[in-house]
Order: sequence, then C-alpha cells, then structure tokens
Amino acid sequence: MEFVVFVVAAAGALAGGVGVIASRTPVRSALSLLLVLGNLAVMYLLLSAQFIAALQVIVYAGAIVVLFLFVIMLLHMRTGEGRVEKLRWQRPVSYVLSGVFLSALLWAIWTGTGTQVATSPAGFGTVESVGRSLFTTFLLPFEIASVVLLVGIIAAVVVGRPVVPPSARAHLPPPE
Amino acid sequence: MNALAAAAVKSGVLLFLLLTACAYMTLLERRLLAKFQIRYGPNRVGPFGLLQPLADGIKLIFKEDFAPARVDLVVYWLAPAISMVTALFVYAVIPFGPQLYLANVDVGILIVLAASSVGVYGVILGGWSSNNKYSLLGSLRSSAQLISYELALSFAVISVVLTAGSLSLVEIVNAQARVWFVVLQPVAFVSFLIAAVAETNRAPFDLPEAEQELIAGYQTEYGGFKFAMFYIGEYVAIVTMSALVTTLFWGGWHGPFLPGVVWFALKMFAFIFFFVWIRATLPRVRHDQLMAFGWKVLVPLGLLNVVITAIIVVLLQ
Repeated sequence: MEFVVFVVAAAGALAGGVGVIASRTPVRSALSLLLVLGNLAVMYLLLSAQFIAALQVIVYAGAIVVLFLFVIMLLHMRTGEGRVEKLRWQRPVSYVLSGVFLSALLWAIWTGTGTQVATSPAGFGTVESVGRSLFTTFLLPFEIASVVLLVGIIAAVVVGRPVVPPSARAHLPPPE
Repeated sequence: MNALAAAAVKSGVLLFLLLTACAYMTLLERRLLAKFQIRYGPNRVGPFGLLQPLADGIKLIFKEDFAPARVDLVVYWLAPAISMVTALFVYAVIPFGPQLYLANVDVGILIVLAASSVGVYGVILGGWSSNNKYSLLGSLRSSAQLISYELALSFAVISVVLTAGSLSLVEIVNAQARVWFVVLQPVAFVSFLIAAVAETNRAPFDLPEAEQELIAGYQTEYGGFKFAMFYIGEYVAIVTMSALVTTLFWGGWHGPFLPGVVWFALKMFAFIFFFVWIRATLPRVRHDQLMAFGWKVLVPLGLLNVVITAIIVVLLQ
C-alpha cells in the first residue's frame, strides 16, 4: 500500500519537475511546480511527518506559488516566450550547478545505502514533538530565522516603495 | 483493505449528502432572498419549488460545452475542478458528531487551512485562462482579497488552537464541553466571521464578481457544467465556513437533550442563514475599503488577540 502511494507520488513529482522546465508558458511551469510540491507533501505524509506535510501545502502551495502566479499574471506574459535573455551567463552556470547537485545526490545515495536507518521515536512528526524541539533544542536557530525573515519583509517594503526625492515630499497629498 | 473500503463508502455517502445540501442551499438562498425582498422566489418546480435545484442541475449539465477563443484549455478546465475539489476535501476532517467524522487527524485545522489556501488557485487560474480582461481583473481582486483575509482567518484559528491546546478538530470540540469558545474568544469569533464572509466571496465582500463593474468576475467566461462546478465550490465553501464556525466557536456537537448531530446541523444552519441574511442586508464595500479594513483592522486585532491569549494561557498553567 505504502509502496503504491510512493510510486504514484514519485511519478507525479517527476512529471511536475519535467513540466517546470519543459512548459512553454510560465503559468504552466508554475502549475507544474505546484504538482511537485503537492507530491512532496504526500512523501512527507509517507514519512509520518504530517505536520510538515500540512505546512508544505500551506506555505509553498498556498502562498509562494500563488505569488509566482500573481507576478506572472501582472506581467501579463500571455505567450510567455522569453524576451531577450539579459543574463546570458545564467544558462551555463545552471547546467554546472545542476550537475554538481546531481552528483552530490548520487554520492549521498551511493554512500548511504547499507548503513543503518535511524528509527523514528514515538510521536515523531506530530505537532507536539516538532514544536517541543523547535522551542527547546533549536530555539536559537529558530529565533534567528524569524529575524532573518523579518529583515526580508522590511527590505521588500523598502525596495517596493516608490522613490520620492525629499524636496518633492512636501508637495505630495497626505497619504490616506 | 476493509478499512479502505469502509473509508471509501463513508466518503461516498458524505459527498452525496454534501452535494445535495449544496444544491438545496441554492434554493434556500433564492427563497430567503425573495422573502427578504418581499417577493415569491422560485416556487413553480415541485411543491415549494423543491425540485428547482434538480431542474437547474439538469439544465446546466445539458448546456452546450463552450470555450472562448484562444484559452489555455487545460487550465480553463482545471480551475473549476480545483475550486470544487478543495471545497469538498475539507469535510474529511470536520467532526459532525461525537463519533461521526471521516478522520481525526492531529493537524485537522491545518488541513482545513491548507485546502482553503489551495482553493485560491481555482479563482486565479479561472480568471487568467479565460482570456478576458474582466475575468482577469476579477481574479486579481479576488486573489488579493483571499490572501489578505486568510491571514485574519488564521489568526482567529490560532487563538482557538491556543485556547484548546490542540490542532485536532475533534479535540477542539471536546475542549468546549463546558464553555463554548465564543465566550472565551469573542474577538476571534467576530474576526473569523468577517474573514469567513470575505473568504467565500459573499456580499458585502463580493467584489470579485461585482456585476456592475466586472460582469461576473473570474467566472464570466464559464458556462454549463464548469460554471456549476464553480458554484458548487462556492456554496460548499459557505457550508464549510458555517461548519467551521460551529466547530471552533459554538461547541460543535455539544448541546442538551438532542443528539449531537442534530445540534451540529442546527448551529450550522443558523450560520448558513446568517450568510444569506447579511447578503440581503448589506451593500457591497469598495475594494480599497476592503483591503484597508483587512490589513489595518482585522490583522492587527487578530495578532493582538493571539498575544493576549498566549499570555493568559501561560499564566493559567
């Protein structure tokens, strides 16, 4: 039963992954990404990490890909044909990086087989256990992550604000 | 294997009940709106118009299957399906009675939030794929609204979760055996109710389909069964929100004398009536008012409520 679910989810994730890079229109790419993320959530469920699975769907599928779609729709790239590529060096660099990543993965699988797999303790993956370890063992990294996120949000607001020279500010109508 | 078959049968029965309820929800809404506006409403098909939803359904199924020129057909079909499926999916975790639920997941409420956040795709993709400016504008408005009010909704839910000490909907109902959370969390209840109306795109927050400006918003180019799927999604969402308010704030199946399921149904029906009632009562707000209210009132209020709740919970321990 578990194996069947795994095969279906893995096939779905792979199909989505191919779809992300093979789709003509950016919207289709984003949808394929959604497929990948949804299938990853199923994988988390199989690993009995239901909390992570739910968060995966809420954060990635529910928020991040929605933002992607928003940007695509606002740019109104209906045809989605890439305009002139400005960052020409990106393409070769991406090949190299994916090659490195693939070899790292293969190496990890190669060396990892045969060793003992750690058994998960009772209550693994529940909200209680994840929360407990987040707020005791990993408190400092957790708090640092929250500060980093906050910095990111403030930076986004500052970057997204229209630039107004100080001399022109006096003539602007008061903000609503 | 037996457990699997049992789950399948249960899901089938639940789906049938839900779709029937949703069909009659349309009749109920039309009759109630008519009563509010002092007219008769649909009363010709069957006694009291009871066969009207059936007639509507058959009509919608047999309509011509139409797609506008140059649409992205896959996405065009996918959008209403996503709307309907995510709306129905939520019912897997909602407890209707003490033993009457499909699954008692320990992250139940998160699954509800996840399904509703995926439901946004139906609106976005429907508007985008229709190749129509009104659809696109409607879906942009709608998704902005859904994302903003999801936050307020989540804050209200977090307050309830903190009070109950569990993410499981069954546990949340059990925690209300003595005092319903509407007493302990009045602020969360009100903001949840407002956010729920916005999340279901209902009047006075029905900007996505504001017919005077946008024809019908993201569903302008949809007809026949695809249109029906959008509508099923919308009406199921109303039933869902009513069920959630009942579960989170009004003690779920708890109540004296009557069996739990009856209490649940009664409370849920009261909120469905409320949804229709405010639609008949309040005029539509403007988009900037909606956004300002969401971000400047509901979200800070929700945050404050979460903080205060957390402090009280810690002090009481």
